[in-house]
Amino acid sequence: MTDVAIRCERLAKRYRIGEREAYKTLRGVITNAFSSTFRGLHSAAQRSPNGSERLNFWAIKDVSFEIKRGEVLGIIGRNGAGKSTLLKILSRITHPTHGHADIWGRVGSLLEVGTGFHPELTGRDNISLNGAILGMRRAEIARKFDEIAAFAELEKFIDTPVKRYSSGMYMRLAFSVAAHLESEILLVDEVLAVGDASFQKKCLGKMGQVSREGRTIVFVSHNMAAVRALCHKAILMKDGVVAASGMVADVADDYLLESALGASAKEWRDPATAPGNESVRISYVRIIPPEGSAEITIDTGVQIEIGFENLLENINLGCTVYVTNRDGVLIFESGHRISSDRDSRRGFYQVVGRIPGHLLNAGRYSLDVLFGKDQRYVLLRIDGVVSFEVENTATGRGSNMSVAPGVIRPLLSWCHSFKEESSLVKQP
Amino acid sequence: MFDKMLEATPSRAVPPPAMEQSALLHVRIEPSKGWISLGLKDLWQYRELLFFLAWRDIKVRYKQTTLGAAWAVIQPLFTMLVFTLFFGRLAKVPSDGIPYPLFSYTALLPWQLFAYALTESSNSVVANERLITKVYFPRLVVPLASILAGLVDFAIAFVLLIGMMVWYGVKPTWAVFTLPFFVIFTMATALGVGLWLSALNVQYRDVRYTLTFIVQFWLIASPVAYSSTLVPARWRPFYGLNPMAGVIEGFRWALLGKAQAPGAILWVSVVVVGVILIGGLYYYRRMEKTFADMV
Repeated sequence: MTDVAIRCERLAKRYRIGEREAYKTLRGVITNAFSSTFRGLHSAAQRSPNGSERLNFWAIKDVSFEIKRGEVLGIIGRNGAGKSTLLKILSRITHPTHGHADIWGRVGSLLEVGTGFHPELTGRDNISLNGAILGMRRAEIARKFDEIAAFAELEKFIDTPVKRYSSGMYMRLAFSVAAHLESEILLVDEVLAVGDASFQKKCLGKMGQVSREGRTIVFVSHNMAAVRALCHKAILMKDGVVAASGMVADVADDYLLESALGASAKEWRDPATAPGNESVRISYVRIIPPEGSAEITIDTGVQIEIGFENLLENINLGCTVYVTNRDGVLIFESGHRISSDRDSRRGFYQVVGRIPGHLLNAGRYSLDVLFGKDQRYVLLRIDGVVSFEVENTATGRGSNMSVAPGVIRPLLSWCHSFKEESSLVKQP
Repeated sequence: MFDKMLEATPSRAVPPPAMEQSALLHVRIEPSKGWISLGLKDLWQYRELLFFLAWRDIKVRYKQTTLGAAWAVIQPLFTMLVFTLFFGRLAKVPSDGIPYPLFSYTALLPWQLFAYALTESSNSVVANERLITKVYFPRLVVPLASILAGLVDFAIAFVLLIGMMVWYGVKPTWAVFTLPFFVIFTMATALGVGLWLSALNVQYRDVRYTLTFIVQFWLIASPVAYSSTLVPARWRPFYGLNPMAGVIEGFRWALLGKAQAPGAILWVSVVVVGVILIGGLYYYRRMEKTFADMV
C-alpha cells in the first residue's frame, strides 16, 4: 500500500463526437433552436436512443491499474487507443467521466515540450517561464539554471530571443527544462518523436537516468523500441480498454501478436457496420500478392485494393495510405487523387495501388487508410485497418537467410573491379 | 478481464527511496459533480505561476514597438486631448469645477485599466489554449494574470497625472489613501465581467467580436467625459448599477479632493460587483472542467 505511486480504478472518459471541433457560435445555437422547433416532434422520435448513443464516444473505458514507486510504465497502443486521454486524465488536464485515480507525489507532465514558450522572450526568460508552467519553484529554477543551459548547449545564446533560434536549438532548450523537472512522478507523452536522432538519444539517456534515481515514470508511445529501452512494465491499450498488462517483453509480444493476427483482407458487407461516416464508407481493404505470385515477399511487392462508397458529389477526392512497421515507424505515405476537377461521383470506387518489390524489409506492416478532400481536409481516417506480412528471401544476401537489419530492403546495384596485384605480397 | 493489476516489482527497478507516504502530496482525480469550491488554496500554491504569466505579458507587450512603454501614456493622453477639445471646449460639458483636462484624465486612468483588463481577461482562456490543453494548473490563474499586466500601464500613465496635478495646483486630501481600494475595485469589476466572458468565449467565439462593442458602449455609459452629476439626483443610485460609475467618481474624489464622497453610487456599485464577481468565479469554476475538451 505505502509504495504505490498511482492507482487508477475503472477510469472512463466520454467525449461527445464533434465537441472538440466546430465550437459553437451564437448563430449556430439560434439556427438550431429555430430548426428544432420547426422539425419539432417528427425528428424527436427519430433521433431517440440510437442517435444519442452515436454521438457519444468512450475514449477510455474501465481502465484500472497500479504503479509502484520507482517503476517505469510504458503505455502502448495504436493511434486512438486511448493512451493520450489516459495521460491527460492523470495530468489533471481533463476530468474522467467516472472512476477515479489516486496519485501520491508531485506530478510533472510533459505532454509537449516547450509549452508556453514565447518567441519574443530570450532563452533565459523562457527557461524561467517554462519551468514555472511545468510546476517548478522559482528557487528551483534559479538553482538549476546553469545546468539547464549547459544541457541544451546554449549558454552562448541564452540572452537571444528564441524566435532567432533554429528549430533544433528551440527543441534542445525546451527538452532541457523538462528534463530537469524534479517531480516524484513524471508523465511523458510522445515528446521524443521530435528532434534529430542524436538528440533523441540524449533524451532517452536522460530519461533513463531519471528512472534510475527512483522516480516513477509513465511513458506513452507507439514506438516499441523506445518503450522496450525504457520501461519495466507496460500496458497495452486497445479501443479504450487495457488489453494486456505485465512485464514489458510480454506485453510487447502481445502487441505484435495482435497485429500478426490482423487479417490481410477485410470486407464489410453491411454498410451499417462498415467503418465510415457521412462522407466515405469503406467496403473492403485487401492486401494481396501481385499478379503472378503466390505470396508476398520482399521480391514481389504488394498490391493494395481499397473498395469504398463515396457519398460526396463534385469534390476533389483523394485516397492515401500510411504504411507502418511493427515498431510504429511510419515507412511512407502514398496516395492517389481520384478526382481533381471537383468531379467525384456518388457511388462505389475501387483504388488499386502497388508497392514495388525490394522496398519493404521482411516483417509485419500495418496500413492506415485516409480519405481526403482538396488534398487538405481529412474526410475519414482508419488506422491499422489491415496488416500484412512480407516474407523474407535471400535476395542480395547470398545464402544468408536471416532478416537484414534496417527499415527498408532496397536492392542496389553493386559492382567491383580488380585493379592490380598488391606489391607487398611476395611472390612464392 | 481488462483490468489485470500489474504484479511483482521488476528486477530492473531500483527500490524507491525511503520516503514517508504521508509526506507525499496526495491527489485524487475523480469526476467533478455539481458545485465545487473555488479552489483558492490550490490557487495560492500556484501564485508563482500567476506572477510569471503576468510578467510574460508585461515583457512581451511592447516588444518590437518603437515607442515601447510610452504607449501607456500616449493612449490616455490623446483621448484626453480629444475629449478636452470636443466635450470640454466645444460642448462645454460641466466638470464639477475641476479643469477639464484633469477631470477627464483622472477618469481615463481607471477606464484604460478596466478596458485593458476586461479585453485581456475575456480573451485569456482562448489565447492560452496551448497551456490549458497541455499542462495542469488552477485555471483561474489565466484571467488573473492577464489582469495584473494592466497595472504596469496604469502606473506609467499615473506619473503624468501627478505632473498634471502639480501643474494645475491640485492638492490631494487624506482621501488619497483610499486610492488603492479604487484600483482594486476597478480590477475586481474587470475580473468579474472577464470571468463570465472568458468562459463563454470558450464555447461561443462570438464573445471576441462583441467585446469591442461592449467596451465602446460601456465607455459612453460611464462618467469619463462627463460628470455623474449630470444624472438627476434621484436616479443617481441607479447609475451605480454601472460599477464603473462608482469607480470613476471614487477616483475623482480620492485624487482631486472633491468635497463630497461618492455615496449611494459607490455602494450600489460595490454590491453589483460583488454579485458579478462571485457569480463569475463560480461560473468559471463550473465551466473550466470542459475547457481542455472544448477550447
